[in-house]
Amino acid sequence: MAWSAMKRRIALVPGAVPAALTGACAGIQSPLAPASDQAFALHDLLILMTAVCGLIYLLVIAGLVWSVLRARQHAKRAAAAPVDDSALDRSLIASAVIIVTGLTVLIFGSFLADRALLAARAEKAMMVRVTGHQWWWRIEYRNPATGRWVETANELHLPLGRTTRVELASNDVIHSFWVPNVSGKIDMIPGRRNMLDLTPRRSGWFRGACAEFCGAQHAHMALDVRVDDPVAFDAWLAGQAEAARKAQGPGEALFGLHCGSCHAVRGTPANGRAGPDLTHFAARRSIAAGTLPMTRGALQGWIAQPQALKPGTAMPAVPLRPAEADAVASYLAALR
Amino acid sequence: MIPDRAHLDRLDRSWRDPPGFWGFLTTVDHKRIAARYIVTALFLMFLAGMLALDMRWQLSVPENTRMGPQLYNESFSLHGSTMLFLVSVPLMEAMAFWLVPLMLGARNMAFPRLGAFSFWLYFGGVLCLWIAHAADITPDLGWFEYPPLSGPAYSPGHRADIWAQMITFTEVAALAASVNVAATILKMRPPGMTLARMPVFLWAMLIASIMTILSMPAVMLVTSMLIADRLVSTHFFSPAGGGDALLFQHLFWFFGHPEVYIIFVPATGFVSSIVETFSRRKLFGHSAIVLSMMSIGALAFGLWVHHMFAVGLPRLGNDFYTAASMAIALPAGLQIFCWIATVWSGRLRLATPMLWVLGFVATFVIGGLSGVMTASAALDLQLTDTYFVVAHLHYVLIGGAMFPLFGAFAYWYPKATGRLMSERWGSIAFIGIVGGFNLGFMPMHFLGLMGMPRRVYTYPPGMGWETLNQIATLGSAVAILGGLVFVANALWSYRHGQPAGSDPWGGSTLEWASPSPPPAFNIAYTPVVRSLTPMWDEGPGLPAMDGLGLDRREVLITSVTAAVPLYRQKSAGPSIWPLASSLAVSAMFIGSIFTPWAIAIGAAPIAATLTGWFWPDRPRAGSDAPSAGA
Repeated sequence: MAWSAMKRRIALVPGAVPAALTGACAGIQSPLAPASDQAFALHDLLILMTAVCGLIYLLVIAGLVWSVLRARQHAKRAAAAPVDDSALDRSLIASAVIIVTGLTVLIFGSFLADRALLAARAEKAMMVRVTGHQWWWRIEYRNPATGRWVETANELHLPLGRTTRVELASNDVIHSFWVPNVSGKIDMIPGRRNMLDLTPRRSGWFRGACAEFCGAQHAHMALDVRVDDPVAFDAWLAGQAEAARKAQGPGEALFGLHCGSCHAVRGTPANGRAGPDLTHFAARRSIAAGTLPMTRGALQGWIAQPQALKPGTAMPAVPLRPAEADAVASYLAALR
Repeated sequence: MIPDRAHLDRLDRSWRDPPGFWGFLTTVDHKRIAARYIVTALFLMFLAGMLALDMRWQLSVPENTRMGPQLYNESFSLHGSTMLFLVSVPLMEAMAFWLVPLMLGARNMAFPRLGAFSFWLYFGGVLCLWIAHAADITPDLGWFEYPPLSGPAYSPGHRADIWAQMITFTEVAALAASVNVAATILKMRPPGMTLARMPVFLWAMLIASIMTILSMPAVMLVTSMLIADRLVSTHFFSPAGGGDALLFQHLFWFFGHPEVYIIFVPATGFVSSIVETFSRRKLFGHSAIVLSMMSIGALAFGLWVHHMFAVGLPRLGNDFYTAASMAIALPAGLQIFCWIATVWSGRLRLATPMLWVLGFVATFVIGGLSGVMTASAALDLQLTDTYFVVAHLHYVLIGGAMFPLFGAFAYWYPKATGRLMSERWGSIAFIGIVGGFNLGFMPMHFLGLMGMPRRVYTYPPGMGWETLNQIATLGSAVAILGGLVFVANALWSYRHGQPAGSDPWGGSTLEWASPSPPPAFNIAYTPVVRSLTPMWDEGPGLPAMDGLGLDRREVLITSVTAAVPLYRQKSAGPSIWPLASSLAVSAMFIGSIFTPWAIAIGAAPIAATLTGWFWPDRPRAGSDAPSAGA
């Protein structure tokens, strides 16, 4: 434990520089602020590589500057001195030795980090299925209590200190799952399944993004990630497993009529599978895969003009009268 | 040997182009063809640079509205495709076309008409992409279009087809050019220029050509498969039909990684020439540099998977590709050592070509080292598809290939035009480009490490990316201003520069034996070579060989390793058929975007024009009897 505590302290140093430069929100989507075993391993490797490569760069530049200064002096002589390259021949060998030594260190370090990413594979882990869609994330948990799958979207919750095994797939084109504070990226490829182990060590909000160009709205395919202590996480998952509470007012019926063929709200007739599951929509942090914050105003705007806010999104502008749109927004805002 | 007037006149009559526009269309002069390549590619570089500036404008503030997603995606796709396929590789081929015969003391390329065909077909590719852009069918999926996104289900219309077919154009052109360059270097070296006495520049061009021949078929295959998926519903890349989306990536990067070295290896040839001349000593470690190039050429084919570390391949395989990718640092590092050692032990003259070499080393090594970092299968999971990779690839391609190319332009400009470029404005352009470039791209490393993904048309505020993005935008603008100064200097010096004479820098290789600019026949007599640096060791009294025909186009063919003269070969003269056949091929390529029948119907004009091209040329010109050599 002393070692990993020390590692965490090392991690803070380079992470602190850009954070100080850039203010509050920075660092929630950054490999420089690791928050899991896997991200720590990669962060240590980054530090090692930056140090070795930086040293080699300084050597090269020092050699270059020295050579230019020396050769400028020599240029003042009228004629060339007879050339004896035997010292240079020896230096050539020496430089080969330096390069090979440096590379050996780096290859070995890379190999160890690669194995560290897999270290948690031996543990028993909770399964989460994340499926990429143009341009949002379907997220399914296996409820340990019932063994049934619980669906949500665009917000991934992880228990602190436990390993979660994420199964990555795609529904359409290639996407890439990247939550840099928690792990390196792994692609989501149609016809294939990839696995990623995450063992978070720091709680809080983080942000992920699709890292493989996936079409018009690749830039608006973000993922909110919440790491919570196991008790809070279990409570959250139990809440997600429940159906939506019975709603008041006309919103539910309007939603079912206009939105229910694409979106599901469990416990109501709305059971579409084309878009994100909205059963506990209002408990999420953002709308449309990180495009807008979860506010009433943003929600109303999103329902009225999705194509203006995220051009190309599969969500059409549904022709609703203002009162109807307001009722749908009130309904959604109550889905906690 | 001092040629007399009559000798030169007879050569000139045999080798000069027909006058006027007909001569423009039919020329097979390697220097004119290369100049066309260079002018076209530089103009495209300007256009692609403007696209880059526009994208930097969009990214200078979060949630900017200068561009919507469609325009941004088109911009980076057009920028990348143009720079990689229509600028970098063709510019390197053009330098080979222009310099290889001169450096061999030869009269033309091995296959003059094929050279013209290469250019016209390349130009067809340029028009295919940029006329499509004018017609608003711009490709919008990046410079590598991964299926299924580029497949028929997710990219209806013809944007993806335009991209794929533009590649077919440029790759057929590049294959033809590479065969030409390799054959010229292997079979047309002057007597005495054994492989061991071959300048590094020629080695670089030979190795790059062989790499092109071995790698380009993979990308032509893969883009043809993509077109087949889109046009006739094959299912090479659709998992639902039993295909595999990853197959595309393997085939593309099997070409794509060697492609980077196809651009970089010629640049090491430029650097070697410049370092030798301006250090005023024989290049240190000639064999080490050549062997390094060969090992880079070989390793390049064994590390394509490092572009795919995030796709979830088996870990042990990834480790292999990590080691192979990092191994490139050894030959690349040894080359750099040899150049620095040459400077160290030489008598340095700091003219602009040499400044570019210094800028190259300082910049390229950063790109090489960031390449070592991305070569780690583990660390790459944090770096790939972020701005770190954007920084890395621009450091290796601009720092590693374009800086040497600008140095090469400054170095060989007096040979091509007979005039020197202004040193003062050359230095100003150098400072602007190198300074602006580093200011623009260094921050992108940090942006990547701070989590900014690549290919996003906008980003939310509060991520901490604003300041660095603004610095990057400023740097790109400065670099482009520097580029304009460079071009203005070249244009101004074309009329007003100092007359250069045949050998303004005191170069060691044979191109400096020709007058500046070289006449249509390049050189009056075939030189005979007895060392690696003939111009230094023999000076203007270079031994020469007589006996090539004066009244018809003839070139000397020598043996592959020892360069022993074998026979005189008739060299093809001006012809309209290369242009006609490239038009026929272009029509077939464009047509096949719309209907598979274009391949069957389009084959007829291609066959007709090729028949015209290869129609036996009788009667043979009467050859003058070969006279005694040396």
